[in-house]
Amino acid sequence: MSDSETITGKRLLRLRVNGEVHEVAGHVTHSLLEVLREEMGLTGTKHGCELGECGTCTVLVDGEPIYSCLMLAVEAEGQEITTVEGLALPGRPHPLQRAFSDLGAAQCGYCIPGILLAAKALLDKQPDPPRADIEEALSGNLCRCTGYTKILEAVERAAEEMNGQRAT
Amino acid sequence: MSENGTKKRSFSVIGSSLPRIDGPAKCAGDTRYADDIVMPRMLFCRLLRSPHAHALIHDVSTRRALELPGVHAVVTGEDVPTKFGIMPSTQDEEALAVDKVRYVGDPVAAVAAVSEDAAEEALRLIDVDYEVLDPILSIEGAIEAEDHRIHTWNRRANIQKAVSFEFGEVDAGFEEADEIFEGTYFFQGNTHLPMEQYCALATYTPDGKLTLWSSTQTPHYVHRALSRVLDLPMGRIRVIATPVGGGFGGKSDPFSHEIAVAKLAMITGRPVKITLNREESFYVHRGRHPVKMWMRTGVKRDGTLTGMWFRSFLDGGGYSSYGLATVYYTGALQTVTYKLPSYKFEGVRVFTNKPPCGPKRGHGTPQPRFAMEVQLDEIAEKLGLDPVEMRLKQVVEPDSVTVNGLRVSTIGLRECIEKVAERSGWKDKHRSLPRGHGIGFAASSYISGAGLPIYWNDMPHSGVQIRADRGGGVTVFCGSTDIGQGSDSILAFAVAEELGLQPDDVRVFTADTDLTPVDLGSYSSRVTVMTGNAAIQACGSLRERLFEVAAEVLEVPADDLEMEEGRVRSRSLPERGLGFAECVERAEARFGTLGATGSYRPPRHPGDYKGAGVGPTPSYSYSAAVVELHCDGDTGEIHIDKVWIAHDCGRAFNPLWVQGQVEGSVYMALGEVLMEEQIFRKSGVHKIPSILEYKSPTTLETPPIETILVETDDPEGPFGAKEAGQGPLLPVIPAVSNAVYDAVGVRIHEIPVTPDKILRALDQRLKEPTVPDFAFPTPIRWAPGQGVEVPQKS
Repeated sequence: MSDSETITGKRLLRLRVNGEVHEVAGHVTHSLLEVLREEMGLTGTKHGCELGECGTCTVLVDGEPIYSCLMLAVEAEGQEITTVEGLALPGRPHPLQRAFSDLGAAQCGYCIPGILLAAKALLDKQPDPPRADIEEALSGNLCRCTGYTKILEAVERAAEEMNGQRAT
Repeated sequence: MSENGTKKRSFSVIGSSLPRIDGPAKCAGDTRYADDIVMPRMLFCRLLRSPHAHALIHDVSTRRALELPGVHAVVTGEDVPTKFGIMPSTQDEEALAVDKVRYVGDPVAAVAAVSEDAAEEALRLIDVDYEVLDPILSIEGAIEAEDHRIHTWNRRANIQKAVSFEFGEVDAGFEEADEIFEGTYFFQGNTHLPMEQYCALATYTPDGKLTLWSSTQTPHYVHRALSRVLDLPMGRIRVIATPVGGGFGGKSDPFSHEIAVAKLAMITGRPVKITLNREESFYVHRGRHPVKMWMRTGVKRDGTLTGMWFRSFLDGGGYSSYGLATVYYTGALQTVTYKLPSYKFEGVRVFTNKPPCGPKRGHGTPQPRFAMEVQLDEIAEKLGLDPVEMRLKQVVEPDSVTVNGLRVSTIGLRECIEKVAERSGWKDKHRSLPRGHGIGFAASSYISGAGLPIYWNDMPHSGVQIRADRGGGVTVFCGSTDIGQGSDSILAFAVAEELGLQPDDVRVFTADTDLTPVDLGSYSSRVTVMTGNAAIQACGSLRERLFEVAAEVLEVPADDLEMEEGRVRSRSLPERGLGFAECVERAEARFGTLGATGSYRPPRHPGDYKGAGVGPTPSYSYSAAVVELHCDGDTGEIHIDKVWIAHDCGRAFNPLWVQGQVEGSVYMALGEVLMEEQIFRKSGVHKIPSILEYKSPTTLETPPIETILVETDDPEGPFGAKEAGQGPLLPVIPAVSNAVYDAVGVRIHEIPVTPDKILRALDQRLKEPTVPDFAFPTPIRWAPGQGVEVPQKS
């Protein structure tokens, strides 16, 4: 048998990621995480367990934060997927990205893409959340470097900035 | 050392809370970690791991696996038989087990295939003929099993290392005491749990050169290990440490998976990548040692320490790893916080059939610090003293030598203690809060980098090269490895400060053994002090040339020149200056290509006894913590209300980054003291090898942390800086235990302090930890006054 015969079970997936439609061949048993990283080269989405336990692979599907390791890519067809690569605004970072960077909320940085997206989902629904709601919204995303302090502060600063922009 | 680095009175970038240089890329998802690297024709590697804790291997047959379509190569222990290990004197690891496995998860074979799935399937087709042996799973079991050895190289069965020291006259110290206190303690092991799993990728190109990309904290040591095991000259191997997605000590050893992909790349001629899954990461481990401890302390009625005798028993797991250093570290730093006139230390590390333990944040020092600070809390209580006051009366003096020959330069411990006591309202709260509500205190110290390298040599511990570009840019090359602590940013900021530039003007290339001078790695909190000093020296050398040219152009003496705001200018006539780029152009025209190097080697310490190599450092950092908590007497549940922490960081190189290190240390300490445990079944199988079951604090369990930075301007530090990444973990753990006592009146001498232990203690059913009987060697004796005369740098 040749190598190519071992590659079976792929089908063409039509995924809308960061506002663009991509057609990629993906294994039907592969998670959205695997297809994003391995078939589409969107390696900004990280993985920490591939079992739905750490939150590192969080992306947004129709605005809701989901663990991309727990969703099959085929399930995500027809929905709007947002990854960290789609977070920046034209020519400038998203206020969350800037606040995280300015406040040192990214140390090793590995959990940060997932946390940024979980925070975006929160702020999109609740523009001025109290600290307790931010903690609740990020409680499914582990970070081992920061003790969360700077992360929580950065979400608050970004909210402030986004609210200021809305007001003007 | 550059005059500018230490004598400059005001700074332009040092001391400001400017963002790190890698922040924007990390927040854009643009940083390429090891597993993000993809190469054409890349193969995927998986490791076959032992299902047995202890077994002989009679045969490994790879025939069926090799026949599987998509499989390109399978290697076993016979292909890479040379032993290796991080410490030169305990090279007892094999990349793939040759004739014996020593823990569940010990790698036995490695497959390279076209996909991870194919590699995984191939593992099931490898036939291993094991002869299962009884596993040894406890410290006592290891000591007692005199006829049943895990290794054969070590002299005493299952004893990796036993050490014994007596500093000063400890019997006299105890005779002088009014009261003597004794206690036993147990610190359970726990693991690093970085969010990024281990990952490595190797290529072997037609020119006969091997390149390894790896998520490692120590590319230089991996470089050495690859050369040894693969029998290739170091000059034909390139190791690149990718940005590390969390290390905490867990990525400091050379590992089986790194050697396996390198060997498979050499065999197949194709790139080979391996990414371990989360379960494997729990078995690779190298984390906090479980340590049983016994401590006896003699005190005067006013709390003055007269002597201390400490014994530690370390459960090392299946291999040596850093264990030789760890056992010494459990006894080294008891002396650097409070004046201790006599001290006896005995320690032993045993082999057991569990994943090897190694260095985790604080390396070997959180366990004894827990025992010591809890015992001091008990002593203060029995003597009717305030635990804060009792410690303040006997803080070690600056510019002094400890009883075990360690040279303390600056010490901000007093201010740390006073600050956390004041901010937390200690005086009003201690022993005054209602039942179930408590407050606890502890203090500690850590090293700013190990004073000695891991392999004995006279070369620098850190080297920096800088290159000035005629366009005005500066490039810095250094072997240091950014594991998230910000070491790349440290280099950019040190160079910017020294050359009067902005951090954005400086490009940093690190952790590439082909391009960058050796730095020993990101361990022992060494990087800021060592690379910072090397960078300052390199800048000083470059500046000399720039000043020589500028002095002529500006017609001022060179010693009147300074570099500020992107200009080389006269101090006395600041309007007389020229731009950095122009100065570089003129200097390049005069001298040719502009480059400079700097290097750093730590100073000596007075101790000259065998074993004195562990403990010395350029400077000691100091920390003090107060923890306030609620403890439910019915459920035993602990809720941490707040942590106040003060840290003597020498000078806050960048207050924002230092705070980040302190906050992260507090968080990691809370995980260790409240919930994290690396625990095993009787078979040697990990009980909870998943993130869900191995609990670690989320945003909901992490309390508000108030960080206070205490600055001492250490003469050995770059711009006066000391370490910040590990030390602040240390006081939090005993402070929690002491706060639990204040809340509910029970002493928990075990880490983690879990609800079940609190409830058993409240019912008086919690047994004190035990320590085994063990015949320690005759102690090495040493006392201050002996040893090397070492002048103070200040």
